[in-house]
Amino acid sequence: MTTMKMGRRTLFATAIATLGLGTPAFADGHQVLDSIHFIIPGGAGGGWDGTARGVGEALTESGLVATASYENMSGGGGGVAIGYMIENAESLEGALMVNSTPIVIRSLTGVFPHNFRDLTLVAGTIGDFAAIVVPADSDISNMEDFLAVYDADPAGTPIGGGSVPGGMDHLVAAMVMEASGRDALGVNYIPYDAGGTAMAALLSGEISALSTGFSEAVDLANQGEVKIIGVTSEERVDAAPDAMTMMEQGIDTSFVNWRGFFGAPGMSDEKLAEYQAAIAAMYDTEEWETVRARNGWVNIHNPGDEFRTFLEEQEQVIGDLMTKLGFL
Amino acid sequence: MLEGILIGLQTALSLQNLIVVIGGCLIGTFIGMLPGLGPMSIIAIMIPVAITMGDPSAALILLAGVYYGAIFGGSTSSILLNAPGVAGTVASSFDGYPMSQQGKAGKALTIAAIASFAGGTIGAILLMVFAPMLSTVALLFHSPEYFALMVVGLSAIAAFAGPGQVTKALMMTILGLIMATVGEGALFNMPRFTAGIMDLQSGFGFITLAMAMFALPEAIFLVLKPKNLGDDGGKIKGLRITRKEARSIAPVIGRQSVQGFFIGVLPGAGATIASFLGYAVERNIAPKQEQGEFGKGSIKGLAAPETANNAACTGSFVPLLTLGIPGSGTTAILLGALIALNVTPGPRLMVDEPQIFWAVIMSMFIGNLVLLILNLPLIPYIAKLLAIPRNFLIPFILFFTLMGAYIGQNNATELLMLVGFGVCGIALKFANYPLPPLLIGFILGGMMEDNFSRSMQLYGGVSFVLERPMTLGLLILAASLIIVPVLRTRFAK
Repeated sequence: MTTMKMGRRTLFATAIATLGLGTPAFADGHQVLDSIHFIIPGGAGGGWDGTARGVGEALTESGLVATASYENMSGGGGGVAIGYMIENAESLEGALMVNSTPIVIRSLTGVFPHNFRDLTLVAGTIGDFAAIVVPADSDISNMEDFLAVYDADPAGTPIGGGSVPGGMDHLVAAMVMEASGRDALGVNYIPYDAGGTAMAALLSGEISALSTGFSEAVDLANQGEVKIIGVTSEERVDAAPDAMTMMEQGIDTSFVNWRGFFGAPGMSDEKLAEYQAAIAAMYDTEEWETVRARNGWVNIHNPGDEFRTFLEEQEQVIGDLMTKLGFL
Repeated sequence: MLEGILIGLQTALSLQNLIVVIGGCLIGTFIGMLPGLGPMSIIAIMIPVAITMGDPSAALILLAGVYYGAIFGGSTSSILLNAPGVAGTVASSFDGYPMSQQGKAGKALTIAAIASFAGGTIGAILLMVFAPMLSTVALLFHSPEYFALMVVGLSAIAAFAGPGQVTKALMMTILGLIMATVGEGALFNMPRFTAGIMDLQSGFGFITLAMAMFALPEAIFLVLKPKNLGDDGGKIKGLRITRKEARSIAPVIGRQSVQGFFIGVLPGAGATIASFLGYAVERNIAPKQEQGEFGKGSIKGLAAPETANNAACTGSFVPLLTLGIPGSGTTAILLGALIALNVTPGPRLMVDEPQIFWAVIMSMFIGNLVLLILNLPLIPYIAKLLAIPRNFLIPFILFFTLMGAYIGQNNATELLMLVGFGVCGIALKFANYPLPPLLIGFILGGMMEDNFSRSMQLYGGVSFVLERPMTLGLLILAASLIIVPVLRTRFAK
């Protein structure tokens, strides 16, 4: 349950729930696949659920895939579904499983006995950047201010997040501090059980700054409640053009929480190519644009081998950081 | 504010929104009656409907109606079958089920309906008057205060100790606290005590545990004690509440509406915690002779959690609407739906789109009234459920128990856990151990531990107890809730 934060946009998942189900396909000649069965490693209403159902909706409504079905398989923070994909590989050629950054983190810590190499890598599809935010009425307005406050009293400048220590929000905070030349071990990271409670703790003054998802931060920034002092994207993001990236503030780091799709191990090359073609074609459809905009997602398309390279890089960076932080 | 009320009434009373609020309440209350289907899953199911309506006011009125409707209806199966419909109504079974065993099912349902109505309505008044100010209250509570609040909740355990059962109640509480440590806490990135079993990584399911400890043993006891139900429980000895009873529960309802509402305002607390705390406080401040009745069919013990959970449900709209912060899983889903409709809740919602804000509050008054009017005449028929012969009723309970445990997680392992814990529950019940303390320890334990370790990390030790006056105050309150009744008994002798 704790692997996926209760994100603001991501949560909305079920919105798309039944819309994708049973929608008649417009068979206008460009159909790539007859059906996709999505396996969702968490419950209804989570970020994985939203991604699978959103992609399913866009694929069926645009006619790229005739029908999509969905199966929520909770348990073990996603581990149960991964085990299921591997154990029942022969019968699951028609199924795709959604997953995201935690598969890398949790495989490293050994919480998952498997890792992404045990599955067929189909494509990374969307992502969300991370952001460091402070309350709107804070004296801090950029990373430089924050680092000055931090240097004066590291232990008294707690940074919160909606994940466990060693989880995504903590790693982002550590990564940023490390890139700014501070010792990641010195960060007083305070974990909360969900993004919402962490945000409340920030506004109540319990923590000095919050490490969170960018799309969550944007909504509250627009309401005038928080200031985004740094985004982990390489360039500024359209949704919040005023929010400076870490890089332009001299902190050389970037991070994206990707979400993507995996197939059962041993999937045939033809089938894999079909899935990848369907997803690649999806990006140009109006239906996808509707779904994407509604959820505030960023297109980050990494098919097949690019996905592998991306995951291996992320595994390396996160692995090094976790070793340094003492989690490995 | 008057202007706001008028705008709200105008929107809420439109034909479309009236149909929407009635529909939402109906769906919520009926699905809420089914064990295991909580407001979170019902709202998740309803979101596509809400979004297709396109109008944010109507969508929020619908989803809010489903939410408090589910809490309203959730008590029915707690009272009749000891199988709580939603986590927020587990505490309602402590006294509601004994009442229906005594043939007072009709009365219990009536009290639950009136208490829910009062909690929801008073909650809506508080929301209307204080919402803007309350956004700051929601932020007054830091981790140390949450920890102290959980300690106050634990002071309830004595309520379940009959004569000579105090040690047993304590043992059950500790067992509950221990069980809460299984799985990944919010503060550790490694699973604890999961024995390498993948399905235990997110810990034990609360609904599964509640079903195993309450509903399953009860079904077995129905087989063993043939005279328990069916013969005499089916006769509904009057639905009416006497004037004396009304006088005794009125102050409880008043206090719990306010207390429940404020607990609901706190992000992270919610209806379940509010109902347990409400039960705890009312038990502890009740006169000595009435304290003994708690857990054995006390009308106060039923009215307290039923008022508190509905008031808390209304209170949870404060951080959602005024700060844009979801304090619970259910309000997080509501927030997602609002954002999808291009409404971003936050401090500016009241300024930018007052009609949405006020329409939702006004619809809450209408919705609660609708629920009361719908529920009261149906009570005799719903209570007739108990007149079903045992050989039909028991499979019925077992079916809903198993279904409830499965639906929550969509995971068949929950069924194995249900049966395993059910067997333990039966054994404990035979040995005369009180089971509610186990559940209270379980639900409060997780939050207590998380907030305690967070406080330790923030303050570099336990100094927060002395540094934060509100924490100290709450801890003193908890201590006095335990000590005062003991002293009172001593002096009485």
